[in-house]
Amino acid sequence: MKHTNSQADRQIADGKHHPLEPYLRMDRIPHIWCSTCGLGTCLNSFLTAVRNSAIPRENIAVVSGIGCTGRTAGYVNLDSFHTTHGRAIPFATGLKLANPELTVVVISGDGDLVAIGGNHFIHAARRNMDINIICVNNFNYAMTGGQFGPTTPETARTTTAPYGSFEHPFNLPFLADSCGATYVARWTALHVRHLTASIGEALERRGFSFIEVISPCPTVYARRNRLGTGLDLLQFYHDNSVIKNGIDTRECDIRFQEQLIIGKFVDEEKTTFHDTMTGYLKDAVGEKYVPYVGPMEMPGNGD
Amino acid sequence: MILAKTGNEAMAYAMKQINPDVVAAYPITPSTEIVQIFSNYVHDGLVDTEFVAVESEHSAMAACIGSAASGCRTMTATASQGLALMHEMLFIAGGLRLPIVVPIASRSLSSPLNIHADHSDSLASRDSGWMQFFCETVEEGYDSLIMAVKMAEKCSLPAIVSIDGFILSHCMERIEALDEQKVRDWLGPYKPNWNLLDLDRPILVGPATLQDYYYEFKRSQIEGMRTALPKVQEVMADFEKTFGRGYGVLEEYRCEDAEAVALLMGSASGDMRQAVDRLREQGGKVGMVKLRVFRPLPHELLRKTLTRFKTVAVLDRADSVNSFVGPLYNEVAASLYGAENQPELLSYVFGLGGKEFSPDDAARILEGALAGRKDETVTYVGVR
Repeated sequence: MKHTNSQADRQIADGKHHPLEPYLRMDRIPHIWCSTCGLGTCLNSFLTAVRNSAIPRENIAVVSGIGCTGRTAGYVNLDSFHTTHGRAIPFATGLKLANPELTVVVISGDGDLVAIGGNHFIHAARRNMDINIICVNNFNYAMTGGQFGPTTPETARTTTAPYGSFEHPFNLPFLADSCGATYVARWTALHVRHLTASIGEALERRGFSFIEVISPCPTVYARRNRLGTGLDLLQFYHDNSVIKNGIDTRECDIRFQEQLIIGKFVDEEKTTFHDTMTGYLKDAVGEKYVPYVGPMEMPGNGD
Repeated sequence: MILAKTGNEAMAYAMKQINPDVVAAYPITPSTEIVQIFSNYVHDGLVDTEFVAVESEHSAMAACIGSAASGCRTMTATASQGLALMHEMLFIAGGLRLPIVVPIASRSLSSPLNIHADHSDSLASRDSGWMQFFCETVEEGYDSLIMAVKMAEKCSLPAIVSIDGFILSHCMERIEALDEQKVRDWLGPYKPNWNLLDLDRPILVGPATLQDYYYEFKRSQIEGMRTALPKVQEVMADFEKTFGRGYGVLEEYRCEDAEAVALLMGSASGDMRQAVDRLREQGGKVGMVKLRVFRPLPHELLRKTLTRFKTVAVLDRADSVNSFVGPLYNEVAASLYGAENQPELLSYVFGLGGKEFSPDDAARILEGALAGRKDETVTYVGVR
């Protein structure tokens, strides 16, 4: 069944429903996320960006991995795929290759994307796969009870680092940038309008885009570190975030409860994997090369 | 010392008493807490362990293999998808005969995604060359983990100790904890036969062996597992002598004059125990055989034990997907093949993905077995 965005909008014109209900699988609501967690806001921003975009809903696919953020795929009323831990990006790669017309969005957490799935992350960025990554960073493995991971700031306490983490965390925008990502941004769960606009930009453009969203985890990370509720963390983001668009991503390190550098850091054009492959093989093989155009164009699959 | 501990807490406590040299791990439901609690022992200086929180289970087992190959007592903990992600590495540890010991909180495998108990994770790793122990209670899990270290080192085989996810991992039971010094003395230091970093005897680990030697290596590995059973039994006997409580390779419960028995592994043995008691009160000649050791499988003991009964209902908490019947049934049937007085074998699959299995379900199975009823090739208990 095809939906157009305006049809969806008409469904909520009676004012009795959440404006994004047509974009949610309401039979799976209420969601499992904790009160004052930033994930609801991230989902809201993403769905608002989808609603505002000109891309038809049936052309957008959401892929997520395992963890709190991994639950996103189950809540969106779009074609969605809840994959295994760490493998959201390869699933998304396959999806994009099989159907190049799709807008493929990976929404997953920091542990999923850059720990167990880190290898896939760097290689998808290197190839400039035309997929969009929204990485909700809550600085720990929240779903399993708050263990430290590759983004936990030094000295932050977690259930596996009771006296504070001593490992060096990733600077995610720098990681994405250095691996070849063509769009890199970081926002917080407080910067809803910036985040929504950024997701909208990423959806419209081609190439590997990476948006990090700093998000409160009130139940495990914040509680272990006595940072208060999610609301207190939003206040912290308000008081300590500095927007520095275009800054060198090497300067985007996150230190425990210190200034957060946010903004759009990278936005550049580069040929995508699909275009590079098609162009290269056309040159190499010549007339005989027939590029794959996806299932939409296949005989008998035209509807 | 009498303590109230969940399965995960008890496994972590056993690890503290074992005091391994290296633990490398990655979080996964429902076994995360084992390593999480253990990491706190590390940070508080209660163990001498080097602990690293690696980036995936594949890396965890790879790090464990590196550690064990260098001659260190090495452990991790995992479950389900974590064990599945380790799959490649499990065969490496098995083939290299490295005595790594891993408590697991058994959980179903995706897809579809499910976090609750069944045995499909470890049974899918059946052929990787690891010893496998299944436990009914938290205390049995605690004891089995301590014993597994000694068994693994004695046999040069890695070992998995399974407690059922959530049913045991998250439920609190009474355990009688052993004296820590006594445990450490009983285990003693690990003395590997061969190890890296031995400058007087340099070795190469994991080289290519093609048609020349691969088969011979495998044959020797198979022999290692085949001859492990008496060593496992020796350790069990020694544990009992030292600590005053013990376990067999399998346990018979009220089987003396039984006509029909149920054979199973894991926490559901508790339900079956209740069902046996209930039917015995009504005069039913039923019993239970609880299998504790799946690898090395006690073929001869199974044959000797099960041929005493008219009917044996085999309960599998996993399915081999059209391998005729469940994985445990297959192994039991193979053990009984050609035996005189073969019992009638019934196959039941139950409790996949944590599906409730009650003493009532267990009693119905026993009643059916007593009546010699065989409705279908496999009965899927409780499926809608």
